[in-house]
Amino acid sequence: MTSNESLVAGAGNFPPTHWSVVVAARSSDSGERTRALDVLFAAYWKPIYKYIRLKFSKPPEEAQDLTQGFFVELLERDLLSRFEPVKSRLRTYIRLCADSFVLNEIKHAGRQKRGGDAVHLALDFSAAEGELHAQCIDPASIPSNEKFEEFFEKEWIRSLFAAALRKFREFSPPAGKMSALALFEAYDLAEDDPPSYARLAETHDLSVSDVTNQLAWARREFRRLAKEELRSMCSTDEEFARESRILFGGNA
Amino acid sequence: MDFLSDKAIARLREAEAPPDFSATRYTLREFLARGGMGSVYRAQDQTLDRRVAIKILDAADPDGALAEGLHKEARVLAQLEHPGIVPVHDSGTLPDGRVFYVMKFVEGAHLDRFLAGVFSLPERLRLFLRICDTVSFAHSRGILHRDLKPANIMVGAFGEVLVMDWGLAKILAPAYVRSFAAPVVTAPSLPSLKESTTPGTVATQDGIALGTPGFMSPEQAAGGSASVDQRSDIFSLGKLLEVMAKPAAHRNATRIPKALESICNKAAAVEHKDRYEKVSQLAEDVSRFLDGASVSAHRENLWERALRFYQRYQAAILLIVMYLLMRTLFAIYSRR
Repeated sequence: MTSNESLVAGAGNFPPTHWSVVVAARSSDSGERTRALDVLFAAYWKPIYKYIRLKFSKPPEEAQDLTQGFFVELLERDLLSRFEPVKSRLRTYIRLCADSFVLNEIKHAGRQKRGGDAVHLALDFSAAEGELHAQCIDPASIPSNEKFEEFFEKEWIRSLFAAALRKFREFSPPAGKMSALALFEAYDLAEDDPPSYARLAETHDLSVSDVTNQLAWARREFRRLAKEELRSMCSTDEEFARESRILFGGNA
Repeated sequence: MDFLSDKAIARLREAEAPPDFSATRYTLREFLARGGMGSVYRAQDQTLDRRVAIKILDAADPDGALAEGLHKEARVLAQLEHPGIVPVHDSGTLPDGRVFYVMKFVEGAHLDRFLAGVFSLPERLRLFLRICDTVSFAHSRGILHRDLKPANIMVGAFGEVLVMDWGLAKILAPAYVRSFAAPVVTAPSLPSLKESTTPGTVATQDGIALGTPGFMSPEQAAGGSASVDQRSDIFSLGKLLEVMAKPAAHRNATRIPKALESICNKAAAVEHKDRYEKVSQLAEDVSRFLDGASVSAHRENLWERALRFYQRYQAAILLIVMYLLMRTLFAIYSRR
């Protein structure tokens, strides 16, 4: 992209696919149901694991069993079919289901040790544990339920953005945007304060305008992919519009 | 890098989705700033081959209130033709529903940044007088700014002083309302032009605080839009004068002269009635202070009056004293 090119190419704000995990989870087609649950696990297992670790102060092994157990229960008891979008948001419903499941497990401790004949999902718990350590979260610093809700909300956003980022990385090289991806990683994904555009321009041997334009492209594409992920978690356009506003504020 | 830090997430949530201007004569070049409801970009006007700045809503506004606010802001600016107010060139709506207007691109620094390099008090006060001139002009056209603060003042590359961001402006004079009213939208009342502007601005609807803490008048903070008049802007000017008289970067400088402090206090008086009635009166006092004359806001004691007299006519007094001293010495020498 040269500095003479426009900053934007005119992508729409709404993702084109309107496939919904909530609708698919109720489908009579078993393949469709499995796909819905795959998407749901991918988006929620890390937030659920971290939430259980912190809120219930569970050690890693026990939190792993509880996370596995929760998703098995979600599947076996078909909990998603009871979700009513008009009453709450999907992630609130899932968090409350997780609360109820863990409390029940604590109450009937030893009823059946998870990990025996239970189904095991291939989840990278060591990565989740590493993230928790990287965040250096002290459970005592989030004492109230509201704070745990906020924490879960934040982790859900982190998980959603991570999924969008994975897709963005797959999407960028074929689209001939390696430089935009590198800039995006250096600036938008910087762990702390990002370098200036001028510094980026110098490092990547580009003009500042090119940096601006390529970052604009990358952000637009990332946002499009994040919205696609989000859309798949919403059952209606209204819910999606609402969630999109929460996620991106005035920029939605 | 799979783990996204909290800062990265905040950045991704904030990141702009740039608007699509491909159907217009403008090409976006660079994101400049973001306020509560809109963003400003540097762009190129392809027809006239010149740089412009474009202010645009962050999202389409189906309710129409924000869009109408931005349209009104553009119309207010278009009516206020003054060297201290950035001229508007164009306005419109993108196919995605986002309203925008195009204005002159101003290259320069915000006042607070500019002041860091200006050490002379008279120079800073002369700058303040130019701000007063612009605000006074707007008042004469029946328009209140309502968000005067350093971040909304730009000093251009050639020393031009521009009062920016008229998004919270309030139209007082009914005579001008007709010219601002949109052709298709009826406006039974004309409250604030928009709900939010630069970061730090407290944004609101009628009846709630509107302005920026630290610079907004008590009546604005109380949300009493009916009692907001030109003296509310005078309050903000008083606060601005305090900042300009002793900018944060010059904290080690000598304290503000008492007369100037009294001017600040009178302009930023808590009680509406205790302030200057017009910006021109405030400007007059500042000018008199610059000239070393007495100011209406400060009652001097004898010592202060003598000191001011001395400072104003310092050169002449020193000449006379030297002359008298020499005459005395000459007389003593002659007697010997």
